[in-house]
Amino acid sequence: MPESAQSTDDILVRVRDLHFARGSRKIFDGVDLEIRRGKVTVIMGPSGTGKTTLLRLIGGQLKPQTGQIWVDGEEVPKLKHDQLYRLRKRMGMLFQSGALLTDLSVFDNIAFPLREHTKLPESMIRDLVLMKLQAVGLRGARDLMPSQLSGGMARRVALARAIALDPTMIMYDEPFAGQDPISMGALVQLIRLLNDALGLTSIIVSHDVQEAAAIADYIYLLSDGKIVEHGTPEALNHSSSPWVSQFMHGLPDGPVPFHYKAVAYRDDLLAET
Amino acid sequence: MNVIGWLQQLGRTGLGVFERLGRGHLFLAQILASLPSLLTRPRLVIAQVHSVGVLSLVIILVSGLFVGMVLGLQGYNTLVDFGAEESLGVVVALSLVRELGPVVAALLFAGRAGSALTAEIGLMKATEQLSGMEMMAVDPIKRVIAPRFLAGFLSMPLLAAIFSAVGVMGGYFVGVGLLGVDSGAYWSQMQDKVDLHEDIYNGVIKSIVFGFVATWIAVFEGHDAVPTAEGVSRATTRTVVHTALAVLALDFVLTALMFGEV
Repeated sequence: MPESAQSTDDILVRVRDLHFARGSRKIFDGVDLEIRRGKVTVIMGPSGTGKTTLLRLIGGQLKPQTGQIWVDGEEVPKLKHDQLYRLRKRMGMLFQSGALLTDLSVFDNIAFPLREHTKLPESMIRDLVLMKLQAVGLRGARDLMPSQLSGGMARRVALARAIALDPTMIMYDEPFAGQDPISMGALVQLIRLLNDALGLTSIIVSHDVQEAAAIADYIYLLSDGKIVEHGTPEALNHSSSPWVSQFMHGLPDGPVPFHYKAVAYRDDLLAET
Repeated sequence: MNVIGWLQQLGRTGLGVFERLGRGHLFLAQILASLPSLLTRPRLVIAQVHSVGVLSLVIILVSGLFVGMVLGLQGYNTLVDFGAEESLGVVVALSLVRELGPVVAALLFAGRAGSALTAEIGLMKATEQLSGMEMMAVDPIKRVIAPRFLAGFLSMPLLAAIFSAVGVMGGYFVGVGLLGVDSGAYWSQMQDKVDLHEDIYNGVIKSIVFGFVATWIAVFEGHDAVPTAEGVSRATTRTVVHTALAVLALDFVLTALMFGEV
């Protein structure tokens, strides 16, 4: 991030020297990143680098061993239960599975956060839900149950639910994984559109390089528990680092070898069993 | 396996058991702390009383009837040798109110409602619905767990009472209807010998304790389940097994405390 353009108020999420381990397995080993307000920031990295874990840390569902996580001026790991829940009303999160409540219809799923957190009359809740559904193009699907939705539709419903309380920021966990080209296109457009129209701040965790790079304002590349590179999509596309280049262009072999660590092929085949 | 390895395994298992026990109690403390918030939202509890209690009624009614009928038959066969078949009502009522009502109802409750609670909560966890609620700033303990716990706790004593009442009717059908015990004797002896404090209150206390423990185990196992298909299936099994063991062991303890010192 260019130092000159940086002002404190401009940054919604700040992560400093984050360390996190599950058992003996280190997941983050000193991560620093800053998410600017109003921007779409993409965090990319190979599978299994803890991208989802990062979102859970920002959302306060996990606590780091050391390091600081600031969201909108509050230090997340130090918040008390009530303060954390108050902060979460300003965050939306889109889970990879959608995480829709399976015993409620599409309409009731989107009404759920409104009914839980507001005392709005039912007629107003109806209007709000229909507005959110219209925004994701699924107003006609309001009476369906989650089990009747396709993967792409479920994710759009979850998106409508995530914006139901008009949050400041929204976190997407692998929004493009396993989508067909059409729903992928719809999601890409939707994320950008919602971000700009509602003045949101979006954090996307993804390994779909092309789609993510298409809507990103800024990209962080995560590998082996560290941020290896960050910059605008153009800057990363023309990066001189061989690792970044391999990742951004999806080359099968390079600094990240095609083969998982193993003994020599010949020795393995000839080994006595 | 060598001795050291065996000892290590024992230690690990022991630590694991105590860790789970500790987590279970912390979880219970969280649930109890969330109960007051339910006062403002009784609808959540009512919906759960329906799925936990009302939907268990059929199995409780049918089982109660048959258990009562068996008691009538067996009791009559024993009593008739002593010419005491007039006391059949006492035998049936005391067996049901003191023991079989609370215990069998709790075992059925674990099988019908406890397993359902565990599976439901476990699957909600596995499909990230609980996580999703947390991120929507809705506390799943308050919204999902506490209403289910309270519903189970309230339903169980009522189910046990219904079980006992239906059982007494079952004993009456067999004893009076089929085997010719005098109807007046059946009821009057029962009225005479079954004590409100000694028998009925103690039975109710048992069913309250069993309801508490059975529901606690069910919601804890669901919330603590490994979030996979296999994990949920294991948790459901554990609910039924642990509840059965806990109920039977507690029944002995409670019986010893209530009726032991005579």
